[in-house]
Amino acid sequence: MVLAVNPVAWARSQMAFTLAFHIILVPLGVSWAFLTLIANYRAVRHDDADALLLAQRWSKYMAVTFAVGAVTGTVLSFEFGLLWPRFMGRFGGAFGVPFAFEGLFFFTEAIFVAIYIYGWRRLSPWAHFWTGVPVVVSGVFGTISVVAANSWMNSPSGFTLDSSGKVTKVDAMSVIFNKGMPLEAAHMVVAAYIVGGFLVASVYAVGMLRGRTDHYHRLGFTIAFTVAAIATPIQMGVGDSLTRWVYSNQPVKFAAIELVPQTSNDVPETLLGHLNSDGTVTGGLRIPGMASWLSDPSTGTATVVQGLNTVPVTDEPTIAQDNTVHLAWDTMIGLGTLLFLLSAWYGLAWLLRRKVPTNRWFLRVAACCGVLSVITMEAGWVVTEVGRQPWIVYDYMKVEDAATGNTGVWITFLAVVALYAGLGVTTILVLRGMSRRFRGETGFDETDVPYGPSGPLPDATEPPGVAGAGADEPHEVPAR
Amino acid sequence: MSTTVAVVLFVGVTAYALFGGADFGAGFWDLLAGGAARGERPRAIIDHSIGPVWEANHVWLIFCFVVLWTSFPTAFSSLTLTLFVPLTIAAFGIVLRGAGFAFRKVVRRTRDRRNFGAAFASSSVLVPFCMGAVAGAIASGRVPAGGVAGDPWHSWVNPTSLLGGVLAVAVVAYLAAVYLVSDAHRLGDATMTEYFRRRAVVAAVVAGTVAFGGIFILHADAPFLFHGLTHRALPLVVASAVFGVASLVSLLRGPRREPRALAVPAVACVVLAWGVAQWPYVIPETMTVSATAAPSGTLEAILFAAALAAVIVLPALGLLFVLDQKSLLAGEGGTDDAVVPHSGTA
Repeated sequence: MVLAVNPVAWARSQMAFTLAFHIILVPLGVSWAFLTLIANYRAVRHDDADALLLAQRWSKYMAVTFAVGAVTGTVLSFEFGLLWPRFMGRFGGAFGVPFAFEGLFFFTEAIFVAIYIYGWRRLSPWAHFWTGVPVVVSGVFGTISVVAANSWMNSPSGFTLDSSGKVTKVDAMSVIFNKGMPLEAAHMVVAAYIVGGFLVASVYAVGMLRGRTDHYHRLGFTIAFTVAAIATPIQMGVGDSLTRWVYSNQPVKFAAIELVPQTSNDVPETLLGHLNSDGTVTGGLRIPGMASWLSDPSTGTATVVQGLNTVPVTDEPTIAQDNTVHLAWDTMIGLGTLLFLLSAWYGLAWLLRRKVPTNRWFLRVAACCGVLSVITMEAGWVVTEVGRQPWIVYDYMKVEDAATGNTGVWITFLAVVALYAGLGVTTILVLRGMSRRFRGETGFDETDVPYGPSGPLPDATEPPGVAGAGADEPHEVPAR
Repeated sequence: MSTTVAVVLFVGVTAYALFGGADFGAGFWDLLAGGAARGERPRAIIDHSIGPVWEANHVWLIFCFVVLWTSFPTAFSSLTLTLFVPLTIAAFGIVLRGAGFAFRKVVRRTRDRRNFGAAFASSSVLVPFCMGAVAGAIASGRVPAGGVAGDPWHSWVNPTSLLGGVLAVAVVAYLAAVYLVSDAHRLGDATMTEYFRRRAVVAAVVAGTVAFGGIFILHADAPFLFHGLTHRALPLVVASAVFGVASLVSLLRGPRREPRALAVPAVACVVLAWGVAQWPYVIPETMTVSATAAPSGTLEAILFAAALAAVIVLPALGLLFVLDQKSLLAGEGGTDDAVVPHSGTA
């Protein structure tokens, strides 16, 4: 038989890995359609051939990343059951509800992605433009639905338990519109626009650094970068409010974020640094009173921050988890600030000179911002998830009680890593191959893309194969 | 209300079997189409047939999962605990299949097309087999209740599961071949119409034989299901047989519209017969629909979402089908001339 290993750590690793992979595809699925519609609008309104070409090509790349996101998303729905059967068995009636709506929005999005690609040469320009709008709208609502399920794990509501812990009553509205949902969903939707914008922009920044500074490349860069640069300052406001929500509603997570071992006021903001097993914090740079002040500016440094030691040891994250949350938090804030400064540079250049900065140093930094924004988003997601430990449903169910008993999860984990490594590399190679092919091509053909129509059939007057002259080949009968 | 949700769930299962099944079956014929040169035309017809909604067909699986885990959470938990292995294989297969199909459409080199095509086609056989095996495990009562894992291997490596797996592959191959006959006929390709018509006949005979032979297996291995199929669900079983034989006869007579119109109810009746036969159980003889159902608040939300889907998704699908049949706009004709920028007046 297979090696029997405690499945909890492996199940957690597999879920983390597959989610971390899927979450990179999400921003592209959510915001790329919006970028495409901007280019599409410009093409139709101003009769801009470059913008049209951009929109058409973007719709094709988008279809590929959407297809990959669809399968990795399907895997997640298997994993809810395969990795966390006891969680789903007990809370599926509440936690599962937002997914019914997510499925609805995903269905709508998939169909309209196909309609949009079909419509390029089958609908009038404006009618075609409008078929792209449902893709954008359902992308946003789909994100909100999924995040509603996640925020329900952070602030569970809308259900009643009997004495044995069984869910006896569900109020679907309170499940979906749980207290954590509005800010957490807003945070993710804005993140999707930031990451999608920066990822797309970084590709065109690289192109411009390589000397392709034509109107087409500048337009591709400007549309994507502008959207991300507008979304970044909005995100700082949303993130700030969300942090205060965490301060009030998930004090232990907040204590891990700020590395606060004991409850006190005048808590310093520790940049980097390390929490030791004896409860002391060493290293890092401390800004006195800053964490207290940020938690509630109205009371300033007198604001009391609850410490990690205020809950039983079994209900608080481990020291390693605390340090992970804190480091991820610093990464998110640090890189987020960097992206904000870059956006400010871009905004100022535009305000003062009415032109997009195209000097090499700006482009070099911009070329990195796609990857940096992905790291920022992943770090933020680590804060949410690791900061909730040991709970899967905050204050109701622990992760270790939710996991499957199947001891072979380590095998599926390794297999998933291998499969996704191949999938990730292939996706990038396929996208790059498309881009190279497009460069050498004139004209537009929507048949070479998933969700698009099929190409013309091979000439029917020719026999089906090289040696196919004998019309009735015996091997045509599938007797196997 | 739990009954209504159970009906909705089974509508989803049937839709998945019909739409997703036809997709899987197309992959099956893709796998058997031979080398790159010989298989070019059958594969082109298959690409046409799978068409724009290949993704939508698989959303039915997500639909079934969501209904199951919200409305019958304890049954879902028992299923995933026990059937970890076949469900994991199915999930991996779905990744390979979806990615393989998407990538194959994008790449141009023969070698790349062959590799992605192989991933798509082989997983198209693997996934329905696993799904059939899972159905067999449920139907033969090998999934225990109460959050306890059943045997990780014997739960799905047993006569009924094997029957379920083989039957699933045979049925989807039959369904797809019948669709492909119609599509090739519609495209005016006589050679391919004949090519798929022969395969449809063989697949119909194989599927019918497996289904008939399966009755004896069920008699020995899944007595509860056997009793259901021979009593309450008997009309559906008979209807399926009648439709199946009629579709075979009409296939033998030539490529007309009838085979398709007969094959769909034949398959639908088989799936529905399974559901009716194991009523009132979600998992026979341990978990009933009413006892495992989630609280009414959940069920109401699910029914609401399903109704909303019918209102939003069906018209959108209709629009897509209209576009699929619609020819290119004037000036954007099939000759692929340089892209004509959209002008506001066009």
